[in-house]
Amino acid sequence: MELLSELQFGLPLFYFLLLGFAILMYVLLDGFDLGIGILYPWFNTDAEHDHLMRSISHVWDGNETWLVFGGVILFAAFPAAYAGLLSILYLPIMLMLIGLIFRGVAFEYRFKSNRSRHWWNRSFSIGSSLAAFCQGLMLGAVVQGIPQGAINLSSLQWLSPFSLFTGLAVMAGYALLGCVYLTMKSRGALQQKAARYGQRLVIFVMLAMLLVSLGTLLLQPEIRSRWFGSWHTLVLMLLPLAAVLAARLLFIDLGRVQQQYRTGQPVQAIHESRPFWLAASLFLFGFCGLVVSIFPYLIPPKLTFYEAAAPDGSLLFLLPGVLIFVPLILTYTLWGYHIFRGKVEDFEEGY
Amino acid sequence: MELDSALLSRLQFAFTVSFHIIFPSITIGLATLIAIWEGLWLKTRNPIYLQLAKFWIKPFAISFGMGVVSGIVLSYEFGTNFSEFSRITGPVLGPLMAYEVLTAFFLEAGFLGVMLFGWQRVGPRLHFFSTIVVAIGTWISAFWIIAANSWMHTPAGYEIVDGVFHVASWWEVIFNPSMPYRFTHMLMAAFITAIFVVLATSAWQLKRDPSSEMARKGLSMTLWFALILTPLQAYIGDLHGLNVKEHQPIKLAAMEGIWPESEAGAPLLLFAIPDQKGEQNHFEIGIPKLASLILTHELDGELTGLTSVPADERPNVAIVFYSFRIMVGIGVLMILVSLAGLYLRRKGTLFQHQAFLTFCSYLAPSGIIAVLAGWYVVEVGRQPWLVQGLVRTIDVVSPLPAERVLFSLTLFVLTYSLLFAVYLYFMRKLILKGPPPLEKLSEQLIGVKAAGYAAALAKHPKPVHQEAN
Repeated sequence: MELLSELQFGLPLFYFLLLGFAILMYVLLDGFDLGIGILYPWFNTDAEHDHLMRSISHVWDGNETWLVFGGVILFAAFPAAYAGLLSILYLPIMLMLIGLIFRGVAFEYRFKSNRSRHWWNRSFSIGSSLAAFCQGLMLGAVVQGIPQGAINLSSLQWLSPFSLFTGLAVMAGYALLGCVYLTMKSRGALQQKAARYGQRLVIFVMLAMLLVSLGTLLLQPEIRSRWFGSWHTLVLMLLPLAAVLAARLLFIDLGRVQQQYRTGQPVQAIHESRPFWLAASLFLFGFCGLVVSIFPYLIPPKLTFYEAAAPDGSLLFLLPGVLIFVPLILTYTLWGYHIFRGKVEDFEEGY
Repeated sequence: MELDSALLSRLQFAFTVSFHIIFPSITIGLATLIAIWEGLWLKTRNPIYLQLAKFWIKPFAISFGMGVVSGIVLSYEFGTNFSEFSRITGPVLGPLMAYEVLTAFFLEAGFLGVMLFGWQRVGPRLHFFSTIVVAIGTWISAFWIIAANSWMHTPAGYEIVDGVFHVASWWEVIFNPSMPYRFTHMLMAAFITAIFVVLATSAWQLKRDPSSEMARKGLSMTLWFALILTPLQAYIGDLHGLNVKEHQPIKLAAMEGIWPESEAGAPLLLFAIPDQKGEQNHFEIGIPKLASLILTHELDGELTGLTSVPADERPNVAIVFYSFRIMVGIGVLMILVSLAGLYLRRKGTLFQHQAFLTFCSYLAPSGIIAVLAGWYVVEVGRQPWLVQGLVRTIDVVSPLPAERVLFSLTLFVLTYSLLFAVYLYFMRKLILKGPPPLEKLSEQLIGVKAAGYAAALAKHPKPVHQEAN
């Protein structure tokens, strides 16, 4: 009996963590390719735009699949949260989907077009920016909480200065991921440009994270008491500390990339690739902070993950699939990245 | 007139799902054809097969891209527009869709990059393997989504606890009574759709360039496939119809236009104008007793009619009735074209018969139209139910403000209309451009490791196919 009751809490918790994993994977992977779309207007020539598109044209589809995965895990494991959250956030979701459509088709059509190319450039950058902004907006809406009264579907409660700011913050974060991805995948002038923008974005993203954290703590006493109020504080403070250290090293690495180029030295591989992992770790720390703040809610402050969970039968049925296929997916996704390793300049082939 | 958010949500779902199904219908079949051509090329080293694969991979890529972006919309639309439906059926349908993503979507996306861009990065065998994996991924995807859809037509293996569907038997949920029929019917439909796109294009290319080896091979192969698959599809469709008669007799009555509570020796109506209010047909033209014969295997067999249920449990008869005739009509036409092709092949004039080639070239969208019509029969025919006999559509729509749904519907109509025009424009452009010439293909054998690649690269400092991107 004891085992059973543990299972009843354990299974939903497993899916709660799986959902978190899916969202994090999505944010990291589609983050860098949406980010490249956000950065797009800051690159001017056709050759630069070609390069940007080529760097991600073989992976964007797989990256976006994590969004679908997150959606169906929410649907399968927490139907009540899927139903509630999606209908409350109707407008930002629809706008995000439209954004994703315009940027997704741009990959196929831009390379096949001549006269209409500038339209596909716009379609790609505006679509990417809109999708990223809407995702940030929804993040803000969930963090600030959706009170009982706002369940009314005509409410615009998700639209607030806080959520507008998180929309911009996520755009900046994705743009940072785009910069560090480009730094890793490019050479020469383009790499320099990416590293330079990256440095500015690190500062902006850190400021944004600070403001969002302060805003959350000020506006939400419950979250404040979770972070400050017991011995947990000491452990939890490691998260912002780690984030600051990672950001510092990231800033230095991107500086080295520029310095070595200026002085005519070959750019060391470690400074090219480490920024990507450091930026990813920034996101990881931020995401952990988010989980600390809203756990165990899916729609704070109303619906917890165990209240929203599907019956055990459904969760158990999906379990072997998750345990077998998620490692498999990670393996062949890694293999795919491995096949296309190296600099974009070196793989100009198409189909 | 007051806006009705339920009606708008239904229109939006119908519109977005109709737009989406066009692309998987093409890519399921096209991925399979490309895999076959690539395999034949590896086996025979006949470059015509490589040319076919390389030519069709571009239309495949843009169709696949359209399918991806329009598919993401659907995975969120259940929750946004049908929130109550998602809440109560989530425990049944959610895991099926999660399995679809786990076993198919990631697989397709993971290997698509290699299939499209990996010609020079992996050896020919690994490339062929990637193509096969993408093709199989599309079938697996169809399997799960058809299982979920079929369960809404013939729900089984469930129990209702506090208004929420719980699963008693997953086997019964997945292999529910209509699933095997719907799955085979749809998979075949997708193969046939792609076959007729290739068949029509090859016919058109032959008219332009009668000496094109690739067009001859394309036309010949697809006509053989069509000759086998189209009659088989008619047979599977008939079995599916019998299954509908057993489980959804009212849908069948709408398909056949049968109004009396029950009718013995029902005619097969070729044409009629169904009158929903008057509960009868006008201007009937039919073949006596044939519907009964087909569906019950007896001349005077009894069929259930529409008036056996109250008016608010009947679907829109006209849509179901006409869509069914469009689908069957196109099916019959496809069988006739396949037979005509066989006849001309026997006579030895297949590649020269201009009238036949012209007619074939008009058939490019035939499969797509049949698929759409078929789905209207299936989905409209189930109304007013969302889950047959258990959940009414009207009861589970999100209570959204109507103007919000009108806004998103307008956005989708504008976006998709624009994109569809763009899609047709680029399909036309790719087809006009024609295949990569044989000389180029023989220079750039697949794979960096392949002999000759380095030499080809030295001759053309930029890889020759770069422009093809």
